[in-house]
Amino acid sequence: MAITTREGEHAYATKPAKILAMKDLTEDTRYFKFKFLDESIVEENYKPGQFAIMSLPGVGEAVFSISSPPTRTDFIEFGVRKVGSFTEALFKLKVGDIVHLRGPYGDGFNMESLGGRDLIIVSGGLGAIPLRSVLLYVEDRREEFNQVFFLNGARSPADMLYRADIIAMAQRGIIESHLSVDKDDTGEWPYHEGVVTTLFPKITDRVVSEKTTAIICGPPIMYKYVIQELLKLKIPKDQILMTLERRMKCGQGHCGHCAIGGRYTCLEGPVFTYYDVQHIKELI
Amino acid sequence: MCQKFTQISTFLKILQISKILELNSKLLYYISLKFSIFRRYPYRLPYKYNFKNSLDMKTYKMSKDRFPEFIEQIKTKGQLYGPVKGNGKYSFEKIEKFEDLDFDYQRTVIGPKKFLTPPRYQTLRYDKSGQTDVFVSDETQIVIGVHPCDIHGINILDRLFLGNIKDPYYEKRRNNLIIIGHSCLPDENCVCKSTGTDMVEDGFDLFFTELGEHYLVWVGSDKGLSIAIEAEDMLTEEISEDEIQEYVRWQQRRSEMFKSEIPSFKYLADIIHLHYDSKVWEQFGEKCLSCGICSIVCPTCNCFNVEDRISMNTEDGFRERILDSCTLPYYSMVAGDHDFRPDRTSRLKLYYTHKLKEYIGRWGQPSCVGCGRCITYCPVGINVLTVSTALYEEVCEKPEACE
Repeated sequence: MAITTREGEHAYATKPAKILAMKDLTEDTRYFKFKFLDESIVEENYKPGQFAIMSLPGVGEAVFSISSPPTRTDFIEFGVRKVGSFTEALFKLKVGDIVHLRGPYGDGFNMESLGGRDLIIVSGGLGAIPLRSVLLYVEDRREEFNQVFFLNGARSPADMLYRADIIAMAQRGIIESHLSVDKDDTGEWPYHEGVVTTLFPKITDRVVSEKTTAIICGPPIMYKYVIQELLKLKIPKDQILMTLERRMKCGQGHCGHCAIGGRYTCLEGPVFTYYDVQHIKELI
Repeated sequence: MCQKFTQISTFLKILQISKILELNSKLLYYISLKFSIFRRYPYRLPYKYNFKNSLDMKTYKMSKDRFPEFIEQIKTKGQLYGPVKGNGKYSFEKIEKFEDLDFDYQRTVIGPKKFLTPPRYQTLRYDKSGQTDVFVSDETQIVIGVHPCDIHGINILDRLFLGNIKDPYYEKRRNNLIIIGHSCLPDENCVCKSTGTDMVEDGFDLFFTELGEHYLVWVGSDKGLSIAIEAEDMLTEEISEDEIQEYVRWQQRRSEMFKSEIPSFKYLADIIHLHYDSKVWEQFGEKCLSCGICSIVCPTCNCFNVEDRISMNTEDGFRERILDSCTLPYYSMVAGDHDFRPDRTSRLKLYYTHKLKEYIGRWGQPSCVGCGRCITYCPVGINVLTVSTALYEEVCEKPEACE
C-alpha cells in the first residue's frame, strides 16, 4: 500500500495532496485529480475498487472510491457527488488547494487473477466511479482479458458519467458497451431506454458462463436484480463480484460503523462475491 | 530467596528437557503450569500467549495493614485512580488518600475503558498554518481495584486496537496504563461465571486477592514485577499450606455465590446463527429506546464517530472521536441519506450478534465479559441475560428437556 503507513508514521497519518484538475461530470458530480505534494509517493500497489479517506480540516473526513487505475501512477483521481457537508466543502475548493488523504483501504477487485477471462461490468448511477478504475485498468492491459462487456444504467442522459470516454473506448474496440437510461427526458438519447437489467438480452448469446467474471457496482436496489440476470446466465457465484457501500469512519476496523455481522467492510470489503452475500446475512 | 532460586532452577531444567524433546514453547508453558500450585483460570486462551509473562508468574502475600503504605508508594509512580463511591454509584476517580478507596463494590458505572478509549478525545488540532496530531502526555496512569471482568474487557479492546492495525491513540494510553486488579464477590447481576471471565490470568500488572487478614498478590507483567520488587519489604513469598487451603475454599465459596446464569452460553453463538430470523429481535426492538446506555457502560463497546469542531474565532479547531453506539439512529446511514439499519430491531440485532457471535469468529472469544452493567442500567430490561435467555427459550420450549 502506498499512501499508507511508512516507517515512523502511525496508522492515521494523512498525506497532503494538491488538486491538479477538476471537471463537472454531471450537475452534481465532479471529477477531481490529485497529486501528492511528496513526490516520492507513487500509487501503484492498490486494486481497483479500493477506497481512500479524504480529510479537510474543519470539515471532517469522508470515504471515496479511487477512480483511477493502479496502472496510472502519477496522480490519483476521484469522482464525487455533492450530497453532504463534506462534499459541499470539497466542491468549494479551487485548483491548487490542498486536501489530506490516507489509504488505500479495503480489498478491491483482484484484476491480476482475472487474466484470460471475459468480464461483464455492470454499472448503475454513481457505480461508474469505482468501475472507471476497472475500465482504465482494462484499457491499459487489454491483452490480459478476453471479451469485455460494459453495461451502464443511468437515471437520465444528463446523469450518465464518463459518456464520451466510454463511447471512445467502445469505438476503439476495448470494450463492448451497452448504455441505457431509465427515462429519456431529452428525446435525443440514441441508445437503450429502460433499467440496466433490460440490457442483458443484448449480450446473452455471447456469454461463456464458465469463463466469465461479473463486476457490479451501483445503488443498493440494483444488486438483487442484476444478480438474478447473472445467475440466469449461469455465472458461478464466486465470479459475481460487487462492491458495496457502508458508513465508515476509520477505514481500519476500529470504529465499527461498517460492521456487517462480524465482517468489517473496510477490511474485508468493499468487494464481496455473491457467494459471500449468500453466506453473510444483511450484506445486500 | 532460596525458594525463588529453586523455582528458577526447576524451570531451567524443564527448559533443557524440552529443548531435547523439541517441544514448542506453548507446550512448555503448560508443563510449567503443572508445577504451579495456583492455576487461576480453568483454561488458558492461546491467542494472547506471552512466554515471558509465565516466568514472571510470581505470587506474594501482603498483610492488610501494609496495604495503605503500598498505596502511598504506588502513588509516586503516576496518577492513581481507584473505585470511589459518590452519589450512590461507584466510579474510578483520582485518589488523593487511601481512605477515598472503597473496594467493596460490584461494578463502576463506566469501566476502565474510559482510560483507554475515553468517551470523547481529540486526535488532531489544526489552524491556518497546518495540522498536528494530538497524543496524550507520557504521564503514567495507575488504576487500582479493577475486577477480573473488566480486565478481560481490556484484553478484548487490546485485541481490537492493537491486534491487527495498531491504533496510535489507544496504544499510547495503553502503554501508559498500569492495571492493578482486585478480587470481588458477585451480586445478582454478575454473569461472569457463565461467560468464563470470573477469573483472570493475564492483562493485569498486579492482582490482589483479598483473603481475610491478608492479600495474595499475583504478578502479571514485567511492570508489575518491578513494582513488587520495589515493595519487597511489604511482601512475602511464604504462603503456607493453610493459606492455600483458604484460597481454594474462598474460590469455591465465591463460585457458589453466583445467582444469575446465562443458559448455554457456549452454544449461544450457534443458536443465534441457526435461528437468525428469530422473533426475539423484534420483541426487544419494539421495547428498545435507542438511548445507547448499553454502549456507554459496556466495557467492550468502543465504536466511535469522528467529528471536526471549529472554535468561535474560526481560526483553529480540532478533530475528535466520540463514543458511538450501534443502537443509536443513523449509525449506519451513508451520504445521500440511505440508512442500512433504519429500525431499532436491526440495530439491536447488530449489537448482540456482534458481541455474542461474530466476535468469536474474529477474535476467538465473545466480547461479553459478564460484568452485568447492561443488566443494571438498561432502562427497559434489554440485556445480555434477557436476550440470551429469550433466544434460548425460543428454540428450547421445554428448557428442562434441553438440559
